[in-house]
Amino acid sequence: MTKQTFKILGSRPIRPDGVEKVTGKALFGADKSVSGMLHARILRSPHAHAEIVSIDTGKAEALAGVKAVITGDDFAPVENQETLYTMQNCMAQGRALYDGHAVAAVAATSRKIAGEALSLIEVRYKTLPHVTDVDEAMKPGAPLLHEGVKGRHLGDDVSGNTVSYCRFGHGDVEAGFAGADKIVERSFKTAAAHQGYIEPHACLADLGADGRGDLWCSTQGHYLVRETCAEIMQMEASQLRVTASEIGGGFGGKTTIFIEPVALMLSRKAGKPVKVVMNRDEVFRASGPTMSSSMDIKIGMRKDGKITAAQARLRYQGGAFPYEMVSMGAMSAFAAYDLEHVQTEGWDVMTNRPKMISYRAPGAPMAVYAVESVVDELCRTLELDPLDTRLKNAAREGVKSSYGPRFKAIGLVECLEAARAHPHYSAPLAANTGRGVSCGFWFNFGGQVSVSMAINTDGTVNLIEGNPDIGGSRASISMMAAEALGIPLGRVRTTIGDTASIGFSDTTDGSRVTFAVGIATINAANAAIREMCKRAAKIWEIDEDAVEWVDGAAQPAGHNAGDFPPMSLAEIAATSGKTGGPIAGHHEGAPDKAGVSFGVHLVDVEVDPETGFTAIKRYTAFQDAGKAIHPAYVEGQIQGGVVQGIGWALNEEYVYGTDGRLQNPGFLDYRIPVASDLPMIDAVIIEVPNPGHPFGVRGVGETSIVPPLAAVSNGVAQAIGQRLFELPMSPPKILKAIS
Amino acid sequence: MRYVIARSCPEAVALLGGAEDARILAGGSDVLVRMKLELQKPDVLIDIKKIAGFREIAAENGGYRIGAAVSGAEMGEHDGLKSLWPGVVEAVELIGSTQVQGRATMVGNLCNGSPAADSVPAMLAAAAVARVEGPDGTRDVPVHALLDKPGSTTLGKAELVSSVLLPARPLRSGDAYLRFIPRTEMDIAVASAGVSLSLDENGVVSAAMVALGAVAPTAVLVAKAANALLGSKLDTAALAACATACSAACNPIDDKRGTVEFRTKVAGVLASRAAKIAYQRAGGTL
Amino acid sequence: MSKVHVSTTVNGDAVEFLCESDETLLDVLRDRLNLTGAKEGCGTGDCGACSVSLDGRLVCSCLVLGAEVEGSAIETVEGVATEDALHPIQRHLLENAALQCGICTPGIVVAAKALLQKHPDPTEEEVRYWLAGNLCRCTGYDKIIRAVLSAAAEMRGASA
Repeated sequence: MTKQTFKILGSRPIRPDGVEKVTGKALFGADKSVSGMLHARILRSPHAHAEIVSIDTGKAEALAGVKAVITGDDFAPVENQETLYTMQNCMAQGRALYDGHAVAAVAATSRKIAGEALSLIEVRYKTLPHVTDVDEAMKPGAPLLHEGVKGRHLGDDVSGNTVSYCRFGHGDVEAGFAGADKIVERSFKTAAAHQGYIEPHACLADLGADGRGDLWCSTQGHYLVRETCAEIMQMEASQLRVTASEIGGGFGGKTTIFIEPVALMLSRKAGKPVKVVMNRDEVFRASGPTMSSSMDIKIGMRKDGKITAAQARLRYQGGAFPYEMVSMGAMSAFAAYDLEHVQTEGWDVMTNRPKMISYRAPGAPMAVYAVESVVDELCRTLELDPLDTRLKNAAREGVKSSYGPRFKAIGLVECLEAARAHPHYSAPLAANTGRGVSCGFWFNFGGQVSVSMAINTDGTVNLIEGNPDIGGSRASISMMAAEALGIPLGRVRTTIGDTASIGFSDTTDGSRVTFAVGIATINAANAAIREMCKRAAKIWEIDEDAVEWVDGAAQPAGHNAGDFPPMSLAEIAATSGKTGGPIAGHHEGAPDKAGVSFGVHLVDVEVDPETGFTAIKRYTAFQDAGKAIHPAYVEGQIQGGVVQGIGWALNEEYVYGTDGRLQNPGFLDYRIPVASDLPMIDAVIIEVPNPGHPFGVRGVGETSIVPPLAAVSNGVAQAIGQRLFELPMSPPKILKAIS
Repeated sequence: MRYVIARSCPEAVALLGGAEDARILAGGSDVLVRMKLELQKPDVLIDIKKIAGFREIAAENGGYRIGAAVSGAEMGEHDGLKSLWPGVVEAVELIGSTQVQGRATMVGNLCNGSPAADSVPAMLAAAAVARVEGPDGTRDVPVHALLDKPGSTTLGKAELVSSVLLPARPLRSGDAYLRFIPRTEMDIAVASAGVSLSLDENGVVSAAMVALGAVAPTAVLVAKAANALLGSKLDTAALAACATACSAACNPIDDKRGTVEFRTKVAGVLASRAAKIAYQRAGGTL
Repeated sequence: MSKVHVSTTVNGDAVEFLCESDETLLDVLRDRLNLTGAKEGCGTGDCGACSVSLDGRLVCSCLVLGAEVEGSAIETVEGVATEDALHPIQRHLLENAALQCGICTPGIVVAAKALLQKHPDPTEEEVRYWLAGNLCRCTGYDKIIRAVLSAAAEMRGASA
C-alpha cells in the first residue's frame, strides 16, 4: 500500500465529547432518572453451589413501598441455548451456581426500602459440592455444573464440566522436538482477573402497558442488548428501544447483559420505570471476569536460536455456564512465530464461578504469558539475545500462522527492530532490576456496521453510527468523515444513535470500531459525495460522470467537461432543497479485512530482595497500528492495556476460600494499579498499513494487554534470578522464590 | 438510624450508653464503609466533630494533645507535631488516599480495632496516652492498654476516646513508621513497624521502643527488639538482633493479603529499616 | 423515621435538602440535587470517583453523610469551570487526551484542583501520590499526570 498523505488523519484534535466529560455533564448509566422511577436491589446467593429449594417473597411484597418482586420463575423459557444461559445467569432458575448468583429482585420506591425488602425474602437453599479450580473441575467426579454439555469427542478422562476442545497447528511437533538442542517444558497458572471498569453496570428500564420498552444502559453493544432482552422478554426487536449511555469503561466486560432483563421484568410487573445499579461488590461477584488458566508449554530451540517445535495445552475455566473462549488463546499463543511444527490444544471448563465474558484480547494474555516465558527461558539458557531470537523466528507477510491463515502485511518485525534500536533496550540496568521482553498479538475483527450521514444545508455534517464510544472513537470517526469529504473537522458531529434510529451494529469489541465503522463512514461519505456530484452536474447541466470531488468541492473533471468554478459541499448543500431534496449518504455492511496487530514490550522491573516488592521502573511499548487516525488515542489505548497487564502480572486476582466464596470483591483487595505505582508509559506507534482498510487502519485496543504479563514476569526472573510460573506474582510469592 | 450531633463529652457518653448499638462518627472512613457493606447497622451515629477541643492539636507539656476529630490531613499540616513525632504523622498519613486523609482520624483508626491500623504501632512506639471519657468520668490510659482483639478495644460500651497525648521527648529523639503493602498506596498494611529512639551525645541509643502491626491479633510492643538496639549505634548485629526479635514476636495469619511466612520475615525487615530512619531523624549518622 | 433537614452551600449556591440520616453526600448530590458529576465507583472510599471539596478539603463524598454538611461549603466538578471558561486543569486534560471513557475524570478534576491549590509546583511523584486515590482503568495515568503538570505550569505562569 503506497504511503498516503492526509490532511486530518494523524493530527490530535480535542475530542468532541470532551467538554461534557471534564465538566461532569456527560450522562453515564446511573446518571439518568425519570419521574415515577423505582429503585431495584438484587438478592444474591451466598453459596457457591446450591439447589434453590424455595423462595418465599410474601413478606417482601407486603412491605410498604415495594412495587414488584421477581425470581427465576418470572422468566419464561427461551429457545436459543445461548440466550437461555445468559438469562439464567441474570436470574437463577432452580440452582444457584456461584457466590453472587442472582436469585430474586425487588423494585421499590427507594433503594433503602428495596434493600429492606431483600432481607424479607426467604430463600431455602440446599448446598451442593462446589469446585472453583480449573484442573479440579476437569477431573472425572468433580461437582457437575450442567448435564449434557460436555464437548463433543471428549472422553471419560475429563469431567462433564469440560465444554469444548480445540486444536490448531501444522507439521509434526515430535519431529521438531527431535531436532532441538534444548527443550523447555513448563506448566503455568494464572488467576482470574476482572476488567476493572470504574463504572458499575447500570440501567433504567421502562416497559409500558402497551408492550413498548425503553432501555437506557451502559453497554458496549446496545443492539446486542436489544436482541437478547427482546428474546428474553418475548418482545419484538422494534418494540424495544435501547439507548447506550456514555460508558465508564468496558474492556469487553459490558459486551453482555447482567441486570437488563431484571430491570425490564421488574418494570413490566410494576408498571413503572425501574433503575438497576450494581454496587462494586456485585460487579466483582456477579458480572463477567476473565478466565483463570492452567497451561503446559513445550518449546524446542536450536543453539542458534531457531525454534524447531512448539506445543501448548491450555485449560481455561470460564464460570458456571457453557462458553467457548480457549480457542482464542490457542490461536494467539504462537502467532508471533514462523513455525514449521506447532500444535496448540485447548479445553474450556465450567466451575462455580461467575460466567466469564471478554476482557481485552480474551484468551490471549494468559497463553502468550506462558509461551513468552518459555521463549525467554530458552534464550537465557542458550545465552541468546531475546529480541534477536524473536526476530529470527518472527512471523512475516506470507508466513503460515500457527492458527492457519497466511499473514498479509504485518508489523511484527518492524516492532522488534524498533525495540532493538530503542535506547531503553541498551540502557544500563540498575541494581535489583531486570529487563523483560515479550511479543503480543491480537486478531482484530470487522463485523456488522450501519452508518448514516446527513449533509446539513449549512454545510455541516451529522453522522449517526451504532457503536458505543469506549475510547474516543467518535473523534476518529469524525476525522475519517472529514478527511473523506474534504471538509474541516469542526463541521462534523458524530453521535451514537439508539437502536430505533439506525440499523444494526455489532458490539464495540474486537478492536473493530475505528476499522469497521471507519470503512462504513468512508463508504457513506463516498455515497454522499456521489449525490453531491450529481447535484453539481444538474446545476451545471453536464454529465454526472464529468464531475469529480476534490478538496471538499465538486469540480468539472477536466477542461472538456466545462469551465465552472468548484462548488463546495456547503454551496451544494445550501441549494439541496431545490436540486432534489436532502442530501445524505449511508452504508451498511460487514467489512472483513481487519488487519492483525502485533506489539513488542520492554519493561524494567526492580525487586526489593528483602520484601519482594516489585516496582515498574521503565516501560516502552511498541505496537503496529496500521495507520494511527488520532495518535494520542492510540497511545492511550496502548498505555491503558499495558497498565491492565501490569496489574494482572503483579497483584490482581480473584481469591476464593474453600467455601467457594469470593474473598476480595472490592477495590481494596482486588488491587488494580494506582497512579503512584507506575512511571510514564512510552507508547511507540509503528505503522505498517493494513491493506484491507482505505486508510490502512488496524485495530489497536486489545493487543497492548497481551505482552505485559510475560514482559513483567521475564523482568522479575532476571531481577531475582528465579522464575515464577504463576500469576499474579504478588510479593509473598516473589519473596518465597528469592529465599 | 438516628444521626445526632453531640455537643459535649457527657452528651456523647450518654448517647453511647443509651442505645443498643451506638457508634461514634468522627471521620467516618471506617463506620460508613461498614454500613455500606452492610456489615453494620447502628441505631445511633454520634457525630463528635462539634465537641469543643475535639478538633484541636494543642501543645501540652512539651508534647501534643490531638483531639479525637482531628483529621490526618490536619495532622500533616501541623509543623510542630511533624517535627516532634514525624513517625506518628507519617503513619497517620498513610491511611487511605488523599481523600480519606481529609476525613480519617488517628483516634478513629485506633478505636476501629484493626490489627493492621497504621497509626497504632507508631503510637505504641511513642508511648502515647489516650484520654477516655465514660460514665465514671475521665481516665488516662496508655494506648497499648486499649488494644484488645481484632475489631474491638478495651473501651466500655459507653466510653470514648476524646484525645491522645503524644508526649514530650528528650533531645536527639526520632521516630519512624514503615509498612509493607503490595502497591504503593491504597492497601491495608500487610506488616508494619513503628520505632522510636533517643540517642545520647555520642549517638548511642539510650531509649528505644519497637512496635509491630498486622502480625498479631493486635499491634504489639516488642521489648526484646527494643533492647537489642539499646546501647548500640545500629550496627549490623544490633539491627539483625532487632529483626530476629521482631520475627519471633509475630503471630500472624494467612489471608488474602499475606502469608504467615511473609509477614514474619518482612516485619523484621521493616523494623530494621524504620530503626535506621528514626536514628537519622534523631541526629545519628549511619 | 423523619428525614434530616440540611442547609448548605454547593458550588457557591445556597442549597437546602432533606435526606435520610444514613444517606451519603454522594447520594444527596446525585439523587436529590441532580448533580450527577460525582460518580459512585465503589461506595467505600477506594476509587475517588466521588471526590468533592468539603470546606476546602478534598474528600470522598461517599464517606460523608448528607447530614454532616450542615453549614458547610461543597464544591463539585460542576462548579470548577466558570461561566466563561474551563479551568486550566479541564483544558489540559482535553488537550493531552487524558481521558478515554471519562468516568474517573470528574474526580480527577476535583482532586487535581485541590492539589494545585495546595502545591502549585508539584513533582511528578507528588502528583502521582496525591492522585493515588483516583483510580483510572483506561489511561494508565500517563496522560493524566502530564496534563496536571502542564496545567500547573500554566497556572504558575499566569499568576507570576
